[in-house]
Amino acid sequence: MDLSEDILQYILSGLSTGAIYAVIGLGFAIIYNSTSIINFAQGEFVMLGGMLTLFFHVTLFLSLPFSIFLAVLVATAVGALFERLAISPLKNADPLILVIITIGGSILIRGIAMLLWGKDTYVLPMFSGDEPIVLWGATLMPQNFWIFGITLIIIVANRLFFHHSIIGKAMRACSFNRVASSLVGINVKHTVLFSFAISSALGAAAGIIIAPLTMTSYDVGIMLGLKGFCAAIIGGMSGGIGTVAGGLIVGVLESLGAGLISSGYKDAIAFIILLLILFLRPQGLFVKGDTERV
Amino acid sequence: MKQELLKFFLFTALIGIAPVFIGKGYLINVFVFVGIYTILAVALNLLLGLAGQISLGQAAFFGLGAYISGVLTATHAVNPWLSMVIAVVTVGIIAFILGFPILKLKGHYLAMATLGMGIIVYIIFNETVDITGGPSGLSGIPHLSLGGIIFNSDLKNYYLVWFFAVTIILLSVNLAASRIGRALRAIHDSEVAARIMGVNARLLKVQIFSISGVISALAGSLYAHTVTFISPTSFGFNVSIELLTMVIIGGLGSIYGSFLGAAILTLLPEFFRTFQDYDIIVYGLTLIVITMFMPGGLVRGVPLLFRSLFKKEPMPQSNEKRG
Repeated sequence: MDLSEDILQYILSGLSTGAIYAVIGLGFAIIYNSTSIINFAQGEFVMLGGMLTLFFHVTLFLSLPFSIFLAVLVATAVGALFERLAISPLKNADPLILVIITIGGSILIRGIAMLLWGKDTYVLPMFSGDEPIVLWGATLMPQNFWIFGITLIIIVANRLFFHHSIIGKAMRACSFNRVASSLVGINVKHTVLFSFAISSALGAAAGIIIAPLTMTSYDVGIMLGLKGFCAAIIGGMSGGIGTVAGGLIVGVLESLGAGLISSGYKDAIAFIILLLILFLRPQGLFVKGDTERV
Repeated sequence: MKQELLKFFLFTALIGIAPVFIGKGYLINVFVFVGIYTILAVALNLLLGLAGQISLGQAAFFGLGAYISGVLTATHAVNPWLSMVIAVVTVGIIAFILGFPILKLKGHYLAMATLGMGIIVYIIFNETVDITGGPSGLSGIPHLSLGGIIFNSDLKNYYLVWFFAVTIILLSVNLAASRIGRALRAIHDSEVAARIMGVNARLLKVQIFSISGVISALAGSLYAHTVTFISPTSFGFNVSIELLTMVIIGGLGSIYGSFLGAAILTLLPEFFRTFQDYDIIVYGLTLIVITMFMPGGLVRGVPLLFRSLFKKEPMPQSNEKRG
């Protein structure tokens, strides 16, 4: 393999993990837009997706599609429960309090997962075999195509939901102006609950499709969650195509950095991007600056 | 202020005679760590409780302090006290420089940025194997010594660490009661209002971040010289979360509360062996339950709870948005 083939390989696998970050990032943005909360527990739903699918498929011998369905369902329920028990009772709390609560929720979920499944690392079987496919000199797994496909479906569904369904439109209205939305009859409490449910489901889906490639354990949520956040920040917390682009940028840069510079610093690359964006353009790469209201 | 002084002398006296009751066994060693974590929790509390600025990367400064001290003494044979000074000053400068861009951020973004900083530093500890020894750690760090006394026993280390801890507590109580302390509390309540009143909020936030870093680095240096072995896991993300939990348990803004939080979280695992496996569940639950039901921490929450139990006063709700 020559260098250009290497680079193609890095870019393709970077796009694949980047797609995962994009989906996780969408989850961050959805909650942020309806509540102004950065949900630090977002990554744990990614972990739950992978671990629950594994549990239903490998331990309970259910079929893979049914296991995936159940895993998303359970993760969504956990997300909704978390909102009901820990977020909803704190009306208008200080951001500091909310940061601490969601961190608490995050390590609680991680701890329970550790209690249930131990500290071992597990592999979820690939969705359709492990015969590699060679594409212009680069090798891809069929799972990579599943990732691209499912991510695309999620992005389109996300767009349709928020722009063409009545609930989605109501949720967007809430993110612009909560008081005005409640005046026109939108139940703001429900939209917050919905946003937690939807982003848990998105996180879980992302966790499921990546698990066959990268393996899964009780603590994969931290890194995946943080990189998803990085994607959302690059996209300016818009929940749209900016976040998707953000995820792909992080994925590709990380993969190139790991391949060409040093694999040990792979995780550091995402965080350096995160810090640079936060320092230089906290409003995101694709959005114009906004004045702050006090 | 008189009351504060009395409280301080009482606390210092208790710490001074505590070894008589603790004995010379294993427990005294645990109390050395209580001292180190008290220093760290107080450092975070100055930033979080006083100025209202969260940091999820405190372990980075703790680790930098430990590694600078450790590498200088173990690899380059620098005098331990000198290396401690170098560690503290270097971390202070790093924190000051990093503070400007980091503390421009607020709330969730600040939390994420400090978290990112912590993880990057942790990765550097692991990857710079030539300097730090990487994941397998750095050993052979010498003990501190003073006028012929080598601090190589648990009891000597107890008094060494607690000398620094008590000094830091005194300085912190003083700082909180000073003009700077009031300015920081004003920033906590409303940064805009504080600015309008003429507080240089930006510089003050950076300064307190830097002070917090310096104190953490001191704790790191003490850690390196008392344990004589360091490895990256002692300075990871979990440690930052543990410190956050200590501060929240004790009570935001309460200096002695930080001691209480540090003591509880360091002693519990020693009494419940099984606790060690499930500690993160306990941390998670504690963070949620205390912030939801006892936002002032144990130091303020327990007396309130008693009062409301016996006098039937309603529990005050103080987690409403301020400002």
